[in-house]
Amino acid sequence: MLKLEGINRIFNETTPDEKIALDNINLDLKTGDFVTVIGSNGAGKSTMMNMISGALSPDFGTVEIDRKNVTKYPEYKRSHLIGRVFQDPMAGTAPTMTVEENLAIAYSRNKRRGLRIGVDKKRREFFRESLESLHLNLENRLTAKVGLLSGGERQALSLLMATFTKPSILLLDEHTAALDPSRAELITNLTKQLVEKDNLTTLMVTHNMQQALDLGNRLIMMDKGQIILEVDPEAKKDLTIADLMDAFQRIRGEKLVSDRTLLSV
Amino acid sequence: MFTAIFGSVEQGIIYAIMALGVYLTFRVLDFPDLTVDGSFVTGAATAATLIVLGYHPALATAAATVAGFLAGCMTGILHTKAKINPLLSGILMMIALYSINLRIMGATTETAIGRPNVPLSNVDSLFTIFFGWWGNLGIDTAINNVLISIGIENVPKTWGTFFIMIIVTFAIKIIFDRFLKTEVGLAIRATGDNDKMIRSFSANTDTLIILGLGISNALVALSGALIAQYTKFADVSMGIGMIVIGLASVIIGEAILGTKTIVRTTLAVIVGAIIYRIVIAIALRVEFLDTGDMKLITALIVVVALILPKFFEKRKERARKAKRRAERTLTSEQEAKQLA
Repeated sequence: MLKLEGINRIFNETTPDEKIALDNINLDLKTGDFVTVIGSNGAGKSTMMNMISGALSPDFGTVEIDRKNVTKYPEYKRSHLIGRVFQDPMAGTAPTMTVEENLAIAYSRNKRRGLRIGVDKKRREFFRESLESLHLNLENRLTAKVGLLSGGERQALSLLMATFTKPSILLLDEHTAALDPSRAELITNLTKQLVEKDNLTTLMVTHNMQQALDLGNRLIMMDKGQIILEVDPEAKKDLTIADLMDAFQRIRGEKLVSDRTLLSV
Repeated sequence: MFTAIFGSVEQGIIYAIMALGVYLTFRVLDFPDLTVDGSFVTGAATAATLIVLGYHPALATAAATVAGFLAGCMTGILHTKAKINPLLSGILMMIALYSINLRIMGATTETAIGRPNVPLSNVDSLFTIFFGWWGNLGIDTAINNVLISIGIENVPKTWGTFFIMIIVTFAIKIIFDRFLKTEVGLAIRATGDNDKMIRSFSANTDTLIILGLGISNALVALSGALIAQYTKFADVSMGIGMIVIGLASVIIGEAILGTKTIVRTTLAVIVGAIIYRIVIAIALRVEFLDTGDMKLITALIVVVALILPKFFEKRKERARKAKRRAERTLTSEQEAKQLA
């Protein structure tokens, strides 16, 4: 479904700020896999997500989606196949447009946009039904401007918009990090519900180790641009936070404790 | 006075089409497009030249609109493909169009070299063709008789321009509103609102920006083509400051009618364009002001229109705070009394 092969990327090459962002990343996701990605700041998690979405391109290596080599595809072309939710609740929606207009934009993601009216009667009914599944009463605020919604509501809407067209890949980049704990939990539950409903192949970056353990069937840990640990579905079932800390220490020979502030336990 | 105001309303309705174009780039796409100064003349020059060369005014006007569309697309390509800053892309295109406009009008000469103006005094235009039909209806005399009976002596020669332009401009407004609600229209609006988001929903923002600029400048050129036929000439300098006039219309309209919905905002833009013309007409009746001062007045109008809403907002806010404070002191005094 998603295959990364030998992905390399160096930022600011030939300057004093040179940084190896991704160092020979290989990853293979099967249909229905839900992989959580953990690692400290600067480990390359977001860079990897951007390589998949096409926002950044690798120096070397290939990205394959649905057995198609999409390495050369620009971002907008890849997003036919990829649904994304960003960390910033502002990033995933258009604030001056209404809830239903935002949904209409998401709805035509994998279609050719034409001169059809974006929100007609039939679609509005469909949008209403889809919004009901969020249980946020958004189905009664179809014509409200999205800029007026709270961060949690916007993120729930972004999630719905990203999964609307059943994308081949769903990318979640710390999508609960900017929310307060109760809202974050709500979004986490929604994520579970929406991913399970359509059996979506998902890659989720998180700073929250507990969340990384609770969600998904596989887990990878990144550090300094490399994938240093891959946990398969069998082993992930009984994995604990202590296991992860130990694994990091064993592999890197240094304690993860120094990262406590970054990796909330 | 009445005829002066009437004339400015007529012009305002024609310029409103240009203002709608400016609204599309400045507000919807969030792209400050300065091509307008050039593309307005391109529209006027293309229409005037083709009419003088003997083509039907309707065809000439359509060709002018297409020319504006192409000019806008070029600005879009300079920005999206050559990665030139939006303001500079527009300025480059505007200055390039100056020469192109001279060449277009030059097509009316035998040597086909540049020419700074084309008069349309002795040829048919869309307006003269329309008047031929309108004059037989007798509406002009009917309205003017009413006006004379209520004591207005200086009546306009014809009401035809007024009525036909209201119909044309509102037809464009309705199509424009509807377009912004289509799938492509929604994508264009989202491009101005949050381009990262719309790219993640598989829209090519480059294409949308080019298309948006094309449509905007098509409207601007159409307005230029109609103004040339209305004033019976095209001139290479008639576009100077056009972008500021468009912006003034948008800002004045928005300040008066608000921006609650698209339908309302586009109406605001049209009303703004008419009000702008009336303000200019009144300003020019002030004794010590001259037509040459018009650009200065325009700049001042825009400055005032930008400052005033903020000023009122601040005053309202201060009044609200003062009121709230007074209420709070009052209740605390009452509580103190009750305690005593």
